[in-house]
Amino acid sequence: MTTGYVQLTFFQVAIAASLILINGLLSVLLQLRLEWSLLLAALRTVVQLLLIGSILEWVFAADRWYLILAVLAVMTLVAGITAAGRSQHRFPGIYCNSIVSVWASSWLIGSMALFIVAGQFDHWYHPQYSVPLLGMILGNTLNGIALGLNQLGESLISRQARVELALTLGATRWEAAREVVQHAVRTGMIPIINSMMVVGIVNLPGMMTGQILAGAAPLDAVKYQIVIMFFIASATALGTVGVVLLSYRRLFNDRHQFLHWLLRN
Amino acid sequence: MGRRDPVSGRWLLRDIDLSIVRGDRIVLAGPNGSGKTLLLRSLCLLDPIDSGEILWHGRPPRNIPQFRRCVVYLHQRPVVSEGTVEDNLRWFFSFKVNRNLRFDRSLITEYLRQFRLDDRFLHKPASLLSGGETQLLALLRALSLQPEILLLDEPTAALDVETVPLFERFVFQWQREANGATVWVSHTSEQIKRVAGRVLHMENGTITREDK
Repeated sequence: MTTGYVQLTFFQVAIAASLILINGLLSVLLQLRLEWSLLLAALRTVVQLLLIGSILEWVFAADRWYLILAVLAVMTLVAGITAAGRSQHRFPGIYCNSIVSVWASSWLIGSMALFIVAGQFDHWYHPQYSVPLLGMILGNTLNGIALGLNQLGESLISRQARVELALTLGATRWEAAREVVQHAVRTGMIPIINSMMVVGIVNLPGMMTGQILAGAAPLDAVKYQIVIMFFIASATALGTVGVVLLSYRRLFNDRHQFLHWLLRN
Repeated sequence: MGRRDPVSGRWLLRDIDLSIVRGDRIVLAGPNGSGKTLLLRSLCLLDPIDSGEILWHGRPPRNIPQFRRCVVYLHQRPVVSEGTVEDNLRWFFSFKVNRNLRFDRSLITEYLRQFRLDDRFLHKPASLLSGGETQLLALLRALSLQPEILLLDEPTAALDVETVPLFERFVFQWQREANGATVWVSHTSEQIKRVAGRVLHMENGTITREDK
């Protein structure tokens, strides 16, 4: 198998972009009124990806550790903020919880990934590896955290009476909240477990497909993918457990009181 | 003792000064929104208090789950969990502070008899109970913790007329045997007369008057 890949010209990209017209046409014909959203989404896809592409070109070329670290930090920050923002039930400190959890889990697992995958390189911050690795980990961790947080808020509101009943009967805050906490963590973990179940059968992961398209031997690409799946799964688990436990600590004080009103605003 | 609304900062309870001794039968009376339920919730430390403190046998309670086991609050509309009545009377024994207690079926059967009920009640799905039966379940649940104080929030509101005196007599009997204290929230003047040793009248989050 040869390495190297077919470079796309901007003309080829433009042809692909014109396919969005099919969506537009359908929207008009079926009166879905999605034309403007579609146009905006298409434009954003192009602009955002071009932007990140040029930034990455520049960072790769500059090859300075602090620039790469800054890129990684911005990515992490945005992931943390997005995860908390998606929750329907926000409370004071939710953003802090989310950012801390995303940061700790993804950087811990990310550095392990770099060490294993890119350990043979002369410097750890090799952006060709660190940026996409962290990106994949973040994307999935974000999902887990967002789902876990949302589920925690939702169950605590719907089960408030039950939680308080347990407290009045002598439960510690942990005994009262345990089921809700477990449920939230489980909810956050479902997507990654599902995707591990069907990976390779229902979907071919983007990274693997990309590597094959770029000329890698399929088995080599698969090995990468297996490693990545486990990194992603463990980062998601850590992040979800982290954010749910931190939030539990905020919503239940050390006098075993449930501060339910924090969830109402 | 006082408590603020955590959102608006307004005082919901203020200048509450209350001591409860063994054998006490206290009724909290007053219009809706005067803070009776909030006071009960604060007394068992279910809600945080923002001024003053609660002393238990002369000291601030250190182990709060242990304290709540002794000062049990019965919600106005008690919740039940999945399963049968018996399941509902068992699950909380797994809590750490309740480990030294056991589910006592013969005691429960004896209690049920006083309400003219038998063991079949234990096998009913708790979600199908009537409002009155749910109150009864909540009372049995509270008593199996062997508490010292019962905080009863309109416990007889959902009971039918014939069961109300049974309920009251049952609680009195428990009080005599366990030498416990009760705090009732009640709206009916007949019940206040039957039940109360002391009546505390509440208005706007504070106790305005006490009758003996």
